Amino acid sequence: MAEEFSLSLAGSRKRLVKDKLAKYSVTTGAIMVLTALLLIFVYLLYVVQPIFESAHIEKQVTLDLAKADAGHGKTLALGMEEQNEIAYRLTDTGLIEFLSLKGDNAGSVILSEKLAGEVTAFSQTIPSKGMMVYGFDDGSIQIVQPDFMVSYPNDQRLIEPRVLYPMGEAHLQIDESASAIKNLAFEMAEEQAGIAAVMADGRTVFMALTAEENMMTEEITWTQESTVLPDAPAKVDQILLLPNMRNLYLRSGNRLAIYDISDIDDVSLTSVLEINAPGANVTKVRLLTGASSLIVGNDNGAISQWFEVAKDGERRLTKIRDFKAQSSIIDIAPEYYRKGFLTLDQEGYLGIFHTTGDTRLLSEKLSDKPLTALAISPRANALLVEQEGKISLYDLENEHPEVTWSALWQEVWYEGYPEPDYVWQSTSASDEFEPKLSLVPISFGTIKAAFYAMLFAVPIAIAGAIYTAYFMSAPVRSVVKPTVEIMEALPTVILGFLAGLWLAPIVEENLPGIVMLIIGLPVGVLIAAFIWHNLPKSLKQATPEGAHSLILIPVVILIGYLSFQFSSPVEYWLFDGDARKFLTNELGVSFDQRNSLVVGIAMGFAVIPTIYSIAEDAVFSVPKHLTNGSLALGATNWQTLVRVVILTASPGIFSAVMMGLGRAVGETMIVLMATGNTPLMDWSVFQGMRTLAANIAVEMPESEVGSSHYRVLFLAAFVLFIFTFCFNTLAEFVRQRLREKYSSL
Amino acid sequence: MRNWFKSGAPWIWMTGGAVSISLVAVVGLLVLIAWRGLSFFWPSAVYEFELEELNGHRHTVIGELYDSEQVSAERILSSGVKLPDDHEDVITRYLLKTGNREYVDLDFRWIMETQIKSQSAPSEIAVFERSTNGNFYGYVVGLLENGEPVKAQDMRNELFQRMERAIELNDKASELQHGPIGKINYELERLRLKERSYELKGELDDAAKAEFEAQRQAYHDQYLGLEKELFDYRNQASRDAVIVKDMDGREVALPMQKVLDVHFPNDMGFFAKFGRWVHQLYKFVSDDPREANTEGGVFPAIFGTVFMVMLMAVIVTPLGVVAAIYLHEYAKKGPITKMIRIAVINLAGVPSIVYGVFGLGFFVYMVGGSLDQIFYPEALPSPTFGSPGVIWSAITLAILTLPVVIVSTEEGLSRIPSSVRQGSLALGATKAETLWRIIVPMASPAIMTGLILAVARAAGEVAPLMLVGVVKMAPTLPLDGNFPYFHLERKFMHLGFHIYDVGFQSPNVEAARPLVYATAFLLVTVIVGLNMAAIAIRNRLREKFRALDQ
Repeated sequence: MAEEFSLSLAGSRKRLVKDKLAKYSVTTGAIMVLTALLLIFVYLLYVVQPIFESAHIEKQVTLDLAKADAGHGKTLALGMEEQNEIAYRLTDTGLIEFLSLKGDNAGSVILSEKLAGEVTAFSQTIPSKGMMVYGFDDGSIQIVQPDFMVSYPNDQRLIEPRVLYPMGEAHLQIDESASAIKNLAFEMAEEQAGIAAVMADGRTVFMALTAEENMMTEEITWTQESTVLPDAPAKVDQILLLPNMRNLYLRSGNRLAIYDISDIDDVSLTSVLEINAPGANVTKVRLLTGASSLIVGNDNGAISQWFEVAKDGERRLTKIRDFKAQSSIIDIAPEYYRKGFLTLDQEGYLGIFHTTGDTRLLSEKLSDKPLTALAISPRANALLVEQEGKISLYDLENEHPEVTWSALWQEVWYEGYPEPDYVWQSTSASDEFEPKLSLVPISFGTIKAAFYAMLFAVPIAIAGAIYTAYFMSAPVRSVVKPTVEIMEALPTVILGFLAGLWLAPIVEENLPGIVMLIIGLPVGVLIAAFIWHNLPKSLKQATPEGAHSLILIPVVILIGYLSFQFSSPVEYWLFDGDARKFLTNELGVSFDQRNSLVVGIAMGFAVIPTIYSIAEDAVFSVPKHLTNGSLALGATNWQTLVRVVILTASPGIFSAVMMGLGRAVGETMIVLMATGNTPLMDWSVFQGMRTLAANIAVEMPESEVGSSHYRVLFLAAFVLFIFTFCFNTLAEFVRQRLREKYSSL
Repeated sequence: MRNWFKSGAPWIWMTGGAVSISLVAVVGLLVLIAWRGLSFFWPSAVYEFELEELNGHRHTVIGELYDSEQVSAERILSSGVKLPDDHEDVITRYLLKTGNREYVDLDFRWIMETQIKSQSAPSEIAVFERSTNGNFYGYVVGLLENGEPVKAQDMRNELFQRMERAIELNDKASELQHGPIGKINYELERLRLKERSYELKGELDDAAKAEFEAQRQAYHDQYLGLEKELFDYRNQASRDAVIVKDMDGREVALPMQKVLDVHFPNDMGFFAKFGRWVHQLYKFVSDDPREANTEGGVFPAIFGTVFMVMLMAVIVTPLGVVAAIYLHEYAKKGPITKMIRIAVINLAGVPSIVYGVFGLGFFVYMVGGSLDQIFYPEALPSPTFGSPGVIWSAITLAILTLPVVIVSTEEGLSRIPSSVRQGSLALGATKAETLWRIIVPMASPAIMTGLILAVARAAGEVAPLMLVGVVKMAPTLPLDGNFPYFHLERKFMHLGFHIYDVGFQSPNVEAARPLVYATAFLLVTVIVGLNMAAIAIRNRLREKFRALDQ
């Protein structure tokens, strides 16, 4: 017997191999498919994850300046070019020196130029301008700009440094007094420049320069006008000039004097305020990129950001937020294009901060010896630190400093805003723009849209489902149910298009009609029911049971028709013929044509079939013996429905609502087409909104790959994914539990 | 009354009312789309209105009646428009399509009932459909041949003949342009890429260079010949013109080359109108769009939708079926399988835009970008597969619709009575044989249902496509006569996106609106049809197995 069995096996070995093969290939195939689905989750996380990483630095090379000639002087400013291949430093002897940072000859001097004259003062413009100004003992100044030329001989990148003199190579005399310059500031805008200088004789002079281009030779000549600042403090520690040539700040110790310099003939001191942290003294002040914010460093390591805030019709410099470094701040370096800055302190700590993100990204001790100078590269991916005749180059990894938990989900006080607020404004034409990436307004919009849609859909869908499942006769049900379910398959782009181009104008024109319709439908149905109730019995008995909804169809159509017919007269009667104007003028409610009401109705229609279908299944599968028992005990149809059927089916109805909510939250096209897509935070039914999904659809194609904006949009997608996935899982779980319960009953 | 309320009957009526509202909404929506979409092609009468302004100035307006509405006089007055003193409270105003875009400021205008002095529908009014500037309305006055007037017995007949001739020539020219000339351009681009790839490999020596140059020259010569032919056709086509008198009494010469069609709507009987309706409908589905998609047909969008959906079906079917077979037949019944099943069902509920984001990041930028680096280095930095395209759209939608196919197939598998399986195994078949010979064929209607539902869902999905491959105007179809025939990296047009684009992004929404309804109707028909088919198949399947069970 055993022998026979093995024989038969041998005969079918090939089949067995095939069987095993089929098993493994199906298993691997299926696992691959399921992994692919898992991949969505993993990939979204993978793209989102970098925005929550903090900054990182790594030392690359150290250049020994002692090798160079000792007489070069003390470093006043450091910098480097975009590719981080060449660094430059400007010293107090008027030397401009370019050093290689790359390869074996790192530290070698590529180019150096020396300015004539005895340097007494020095200042630099905002980083993106990249200019420096020297003041000399004869009351003259000179403006220099380290520049780099990039060429590609033999397909190899070659960067050559040079020194530009934007205002000419000759020194520029501040005034005739020829007294030495003790302190100065310089800024340049399109066609104007400004210089502020503290002279040895105690005067503070402001000089405005205006460029005039000669049409023929294209040569630029500068005309200058100067004035002495009134009431200037005796001792000036720092001068800050805004590139828009409107304000000038003089810092004297902890006091900041603010001058209005927009009119050179009427320069005035507008206010003086204390800017130090409590119990500390100011050590350094720098302008943040965009020159709207001041960063104030103190000797206890406190750093504060200040900018002008319009309040009561007045612009006032206000402290916005604080940061904390380890000890006394000795240098502050703002980033070139983002609202971040770096600090060096007394104890040798490097700090990296971001203002919008309100965060300290890094605090790392670089050395025990005192550090003297700091510079960040234009692309913010490297930094230079000087200490005791050595310059060190660090690689800096700090891709997304502006995205933090607080910037995404909490109120942020953005530059130029009167108070902290939730704002989504991701892009702008300007380079110095502060991206406002708060997910709150668009999440709010999502919830608002879903709320109005559910408000519309849930009553209709659930009531309809209960009626269909419980009262309708089988033949009618078999027609009605698929008809409603067909709506689920209707492309949402069509619903959105109808909502935006057909429904929105109708709603706008017939506002009273819509209100009448909403009130009129239930009232009309009740009246129709009452009339039916009082009809002769013979007629009632002739109609089949469960035909209420068919009888009501003409009623619904009639009410709809009447509402719109009487809309115009009612409008004329109540609102002087213009309900919109009444809303805006009398009630102060602004009205968008594409508003939440339209979205609610359109998206409600998209959600009704989802809720209806699942709820109907739940009610229909309530075991018949429960209802029969209840009816046999003398309960009416309605009592049985409320006390037995709905109660038993309630988990199913709940899961239907969850599914509907999931669909409403993620719906894109309807919201995109039926609202104005403005990220407002307002519950008003007559205003639009912007949702997470629509926001992604609008901004994703234009977003730069790998940028913070791109990753935040992925985060929005991830939030949507998690949100709907959780809701659906809950719903599905409840549904399966219910099914088990029924089968045991 | 109180008793009546107590019995709960009113509430039952209320629930019944909810069903009626849903039904009215669904049917109303479908009827609205169908009516608006189909009536657009019906040749509507063109009216001539005699208008009188308040200052006594009279003028004539010719146009199609587009819309009418009742507006309160208050609102009209507040917008700065003056009304006669004896006006009524509510005034009817009409939206008129007057065409003649290059001669009037607006090709749509509102006229008020109070302005109209007389209204007529003269049978001589002609409507010209043109390839640029939209429709032209007016009276045919004469014909020109090479600038000289043509004498003819039957002006209309002559006009039709000459129009036919111009259309034929235009067709030839466009055929030449898209056929042979398009092919030469395509070959030239391929030659450039080949040369670049030689250069990258360092194999571009002088001999190769000369070879490329010779080939390029050959194509160029060929091109010159074709170009001459093309210009020839165009010259011939520009021979005739038709003189039309417009509503301002101006006589305008319309070049016949630009005229696509002409008809006299007020002179048509019912059957003539019906014939024209069918003709217009046919042109709508078979023509290319014109004038920033606001006129013409939607053929490329139909083609793009069908092509993408078919590609998707090819991808999603095997994957979905294999996953379903595994879940139902091979996987151990336990909490893990249950969890996977719930997860798969839930993926169907994840918003489609999330799939779009995933598709853009993963497929387009990551996979596509890598493919470009490996296989198409010569085309860089312009991307080949590294930019949105039809293949990525198909794959993204395949993932989107995978749950639909899996759920439907599993349902089909679970409906097959276990007696069938056991019978097969008892007769000595292996599991694989049982599956292949018995189970899968029996489940095939369910697979079919899943596939149809997936196709219906994919055809209507727009949001993810906006990220991964759809464009408002694709210059070429993803399938053409140039090797390798299927151009999966190309962008494509899509009916759903066409609706969004024309309805919301076009400069002249008013003119485009009927077209959007027509497109929407087309899309709805396809999708509702597919869904009905799926439901019918599912019901038949249920019946079949019910019989099997007994």
